[in-house]
Amino acid sequence: MEIIKIGKIKKTYIVGDVKVHALRKVDLTVKKGEFVSVMGSSGSGKSTLMNLIGCLDTPTSGTYILDGEKIDELKKPQLSDIRNQKIGFVFQGFNLLPRTNALENVELPLLYDRRGRVKDPSEKAKQALDRVGLLDRMDHEPTQLSGGQQQRVALARALVNEPSIILADEPTGNLDSRTSIEMMKILQELNSQGITILLVTHEEDIACYSSRIVRLRDGIKIEDKVLTEIRSAAKDLEEMGAIPVELNGNGYSTEV
Amino acid sequence: MKIKNLLKVAYKSIIKNRMRSFLTMLGIIIGVGAVIALVAIGQGTSEEVESQISSLGSNLIMVMPGSSHFGGVSRGAGSINSLTLKDVDKLKKESTYIREASAYVRASGQVIAVGKNWSTSINGVDPNYLIIKDWELEKGNFFTKREIRSRAKVAVLGKTVSDELFEDSDPVGQSIRIRNIPFKVIGVLDAKGSSMMGDQDDVILVPTSTALYRMTEGKNISMIMISAVSNDVMEEAQEEIETILRKSHNLKDEEASNFRLRSQTEIIDRVSSVTGALTVLLGAIAAVSLLVGGIGIMNIMLVSVTERTKEIGIRLAIGARGKDVLVQFLIEAVLLSLVGGIIGIIFGVLLANGASYFMNMSIVLNPFISLMAFSFSGAVGVFFGFYPARKAAAMDPIEALRYE
Ligand SMILES: Nc1ncnc2c1ncn2[C@@H]1O[C@H](COP(=O)(O)OP(=O)(O)O)[C@@H](O)[C@H]1O
Ligand SMILES: [Mg+2]
Repeated sequence: MEIIKIGKIKKTYIVGDVKVHALRKVDLTVKKGEFVSVMGSSGSGKSTLMNLIGCLDTPTSGTYILDGEKIDELKKPQLSDIRNQKIGFVFQGFNLLPRTNALENVELPLLYDRRGRVKDPSEKAKQALDRVGLLDRMDHEPTQLSGGQQQRVALARALVNEPSIILADEPTGNLDSRTSIEMMKILQELNSQGITILLVTHEEDIACYSSRIVRLRDGIKIEDKVLTEIRSAAKDLEEMGAIPVELNGNGYSTEV
Repeated sequence: MKIKNLLKVAYKSIIKNRMRSFLTMLGIIIGVGAVIALVAIGQGTSEEVESQISSLGSNLIMVMPGSSHFGGVSRGAGSINSLTLKDVDKLKKESTYIREASAYVRASGQVIAVGKNWSTSINGVDPNYLIIKDWELEKGNFFTKREIRSRAKVAVLGKTVSDELFEDSDPVGQSIRIRNIPFKVIGVLDAKGSSMMGDQDDVILVPTSTALYRMTEGKNISMIMISAVSNDVMEEAQEEIETILRKSHNLKDEEASNFRLRSQTEIIDRVSSVTGALTVLLGAIAAVSLLVGGIGIMNIMLVSVTERTKEIGIRLAIGARGKDVLVQFLIEAVLLSLVGGIIGIIFGVLLANGASYFMNMSIVLNPFISLMAFSFSGAVGVFFGFYPARKAAAMDPIEALRYE
């Protein structure tokens, strides 16, 4: 079943008199349960594509159907609702609310959910934190967490409202390699539970944990291949040996 | 987002920026405080003035000789001196709305007693004068009809005169000389205090007839002091007095009255319209400072919105609608101004009480004004919070997220 269907999508920025073609007629179809890596050099249009898929931005032209819904016909408030209910974002810079603890950060999407589906947001947020292994840090504010932990909180926030897809724009960009693989392990776990994932990365070492690679260059899709062999992040971590990444003596992690 | 959550978010953001929140509120605090304190002082002053006028007597109507112009250019109000004792008698006999009426003869002069000297007003009045003026005796007696008939040389002293001439000794029974005529002091009046008309206790009362025949030419009286039956019939009483006196003076229909009436209510109305205007003026000045406080809120909210661009981006990205962001910032602004309003009310009440305590001003704390200032500060929050909030709500999520 197709969850993302993009047809001839174009995004042109106009800066002064110059037209910047961030995306030129890109087609992309993603099936439910896929784990897609979007690759390409800097400025190739990866983030632009993610923002369009994530309904943060609207295309200059082209069509977009998400989970059976024609996105290009929706107005701003409806786009907000789509972002809230169908999409979970993970950003390179974590983007957690400052001076707000992990639990409250994760709760946030539930508070904006107009369906009022979740009776106990706090309980639901705790479950999400548990899924990323950070339940014991729910009272910590972002400054009291390591980069890897912050990104896991961001991931918990992304999945708390049970979205159809998780969009991660260079989620490992600010993390060291080991923490990056841990992040990939969690993403693989979530993917195996049926969540569709789109991941932007420029590292081949990270892309190899996904099931499909889409490559962009200058706003054009130049490659789209399904990986036959998918590496397991859990296995790689095991081989690297179990270095404790959790706490050191003073209660703070030493990772980046 | 539910209102409970929005309140929580607004509350947290206020608490997180304590100092800035307080400075933002300061404008509102001062504005509301100023409104409350100034209006309290304004109303207090006007009530004090009114009570001073009331202390002139009860339901008082004064009849004076001269044209009926009030405060106009009628030169020499007493020049057509037309009022006589006969008029007083007629009023007493024919009127239904009059409780008491007393003639009033004004004289003045030097008073000498036990070697001391005092210059004061000497007023000839009827025995019922104290009832009209709502006045009591401190000691001794007041003169009666008998003393009026005999033009007795008796005097009742006002408190100031008594203090000046006799200090601590008892003046009753003592002898004084007014314009070299010996008088016997038979009583002392209660202190009535000063009013805007001057010291009411600086006076000597003598029988009308004594003043009229022994101290003036013996023809005309200066004034008629009347106490109406009640405050509700002041106008009827005035009309009636007018009719009776016109008849008594044999005035034809087309002729203007050669006397004029002035009632206490009228004076109170005039004075309170002045003090009322003063209160409004003070209130308006204070309201302007409240407005300035509102602009302060807008200023800080604009800074806050810019500062929190990233936060707004995050909220939008995870599914907040523009409206949610708008309401969030609006609630924050309103909360700030309402809390400022509450503190301002406390501040204003303290300020007013301080003015009353240290500067001896009379104040009236009106809960309605507090309520109004409070609601107004809420309105200021909505009004000045709206623009920054709308700015926040209209942000583009991607640009907001990219903001550092
Ligand atoms: N808001 C914008 N205004 C103008 N040009 C933009 C804007 N956002 C992106 N671009 C341009 O679009 C192209 C693609 O950008 P982006 O999608 O961020 O690339 P990537 O994420 O692959 O590095 C770049 O050339 C970039 O300069
Ligand atoms: Mg990018």
